[in-house]
Amino acid sequence: MTQPILTLLLAAPAAEGAEPRLADGAAEVLGAAALVGAPVALVVGPESALPALAETAASLGATEVLTASVDTAQLGAPVADALAAAIAEVAPEAVLMPHSIEGADAAGRVAVRLRAPLSVDAVAVERDEEGVLAKHSVYGGAYDVSSAASAGPLIATLRLGSVDHRAEAVAPAVRALEVASTGRPAAVAESFEPAAQASERPDLRSAKKIVSGGRGLGSKEQFALVEQLADALGAAVGASRAAVDAGYVDQSLQVGQTGTSVAPELYLAVGISGAIQHRAGMQTAKTIIAIDKDANAPIFEIADLGVVGDLFTIVPQLVAALEARKG
Amino acid sequence: MKIVVLVKPVPDTFGDRVLSLETGLADRAASETVLDEITERALETVIRHAEASGDVEVVAMTMAPAESQSTLRKALAMGAAAAVHIADERLAGADLVRTAQVLAAALRRAGADLVVTGNGSTDGSGGVMPSMLAELLELPAATRLETIEITADAVRGTRETDGGTQAVTAPLPAIVSITERMPDPRFPALKGIMGAKKKPLEVLSLDDLAGELEGIGAPLEETEEPRSIMLAAAQRPPREAGEIITDDGTAAERIAAFLADRRLA
Repeated sequence: MTQPILTLLLAAPAAEGAEPRLADGAAEVLGAAALVGAPVALVVGPESALPALAETAASLGATEVLTASVDTAQLGAPVADALAAAIAEVAPEAVLMPHSIEGADAAGRVAVRLRAPLSVDAVAVERDEEGVLAKHSVYGGAYDVSSAASAGPLIATLRLGSVDHRAEAVAPAVRALEVASTGRPAAVAESFEPAAQASERPDLRSAKKIVSGGRGLGSKEQFALVEQLADALGAAVGASRAAVDAGYVDQSLQVGQTGTSVAPELYLAVGISGAIQHRAGMQTAKTIIAIDKDANAPIFEIADLGVVGDLFTIVPQLVAALEARKG
Repeated sequence: MKIVVLVKPVPDTFGDRVLSLETGLADRAASETVLDEITERALETVIRHAEASGDVEVVAMTMAPAESQSTLRKALAMGAAAAVHIADERLAGADLVRTAQVLAAALRRAGADLVVTGNGSTDGSGGVMPSMLAELLELPAATRLETIEITADAVRGTRETDGGTQAVTAPLPAIVSITERMPDPRFPALKGIMGAKKKPLEVLSLDDLAGELEGIGAPLEETEEPRSIMLAAAQRPPREAGEIITDDGTAAERIAAFLADRRLA
């Protein structure tokens, strides 16, 4: 288990003047790396933020931290330059990064540059006697597939929220990485507007619990029931495409084939019939509970607990019952 | 201005999709093949731009088996002026890097000012192709745009990333990918369907792209060398339904107890 596994940890975009944090998924990729080898981190961000970010990486289990300073306004190419340099330096058996916009962009560029095997949207990594394998859940969770590199380091992006293992914190061992810029053309980030934090709810992509609402909620106002239940459970809020199309919630909350694919511990579906495209995005949840008035709704075919009834009666009662249990 | 939209025929998500457990490849005969909706949105976005600004040639391009050509006719019926179909049996099971090389070669041949793709297909869900093509073609890439504005010399838009909205821009030529936020694709009108039959649909084999592949440093022989292998493919056992109850006034309490039992409350 001493083979180095390189992880790519990026500074999240930050508003002008604000210090960036590590982008989502850092703890997960380091946890996944620790399962198959020695987690090494490449931390990429603006120069001034690197010491703090490197410390965070070590606290999340990176046994060695390489830092690379980039102009974060330049998208794609500079991160790929840094990652290629780190791969040359570390000679890792595998390279892991979150399946985020920036993670996927870097993975794609580096895979092309190194002609390396690329596994995208993996839900787990494992080791067998031949090396590191990436596990995938494909066609909406209907199939499990494993892939491996035939030569060269396996480059894999990990689906956010899919890896539970966390690596132990270690003392930081940090050094700066020399990066030769290729000067490839890059798109430019002109500005960044932090999302208004309407609530302290967890992020849908990586949440352990999700309460999701569908057309059954009937209106934008009544969708608040889903939010109340989510808050009672400390869960993220999701929605079906029907609820999004009806304008109850923002599209960023859409779960399903064409929205976000999630794999939480708990998925509680409220007023969602469970069209095949919705199920494709959530059926790998460990526990599924469904509340819907239609006993024939397909969501009940995959629910661990299904309740046929009026959500407008049940959900307020459930919120009260959960509050009561909390004391 | 010439805009190439990459479109992808995929197994229809309305039915059960089948993966061959012997080869690990999609069983294309088991499902109806349709244009992936996200690529239709990309096409719709570009056609609207072309309609509004004039002087834009919209080309739909795909790399797909020969039998999926009808999907390109649909792209033409929606409003693309021409289509390019890269079809070659040697590309069956091509990995991501090889797919990117072949598409990059065809894009180089076509000479686009702007390449537009979806942010991720329903069958592969990778979302990496735009950045792979950008790397091969040495173009800037602005990925996962939720809004888009195309001008004579640049493309701009916004995207949702960690914790906020980022405004991005790239000078042309460039590659962008778009998300679900883009407008719903139109249904081709009868006139479009009839007109599509007369529009040019070019079919390219790998040999037709040999020179361009050489040019991007990815010669024809590379097709034979797989970089990654699929070790195993297994159908996940269907999820079994658990307990279904009808609310008699106690259902909320039942759910609360169920959650507490599983330490989920």
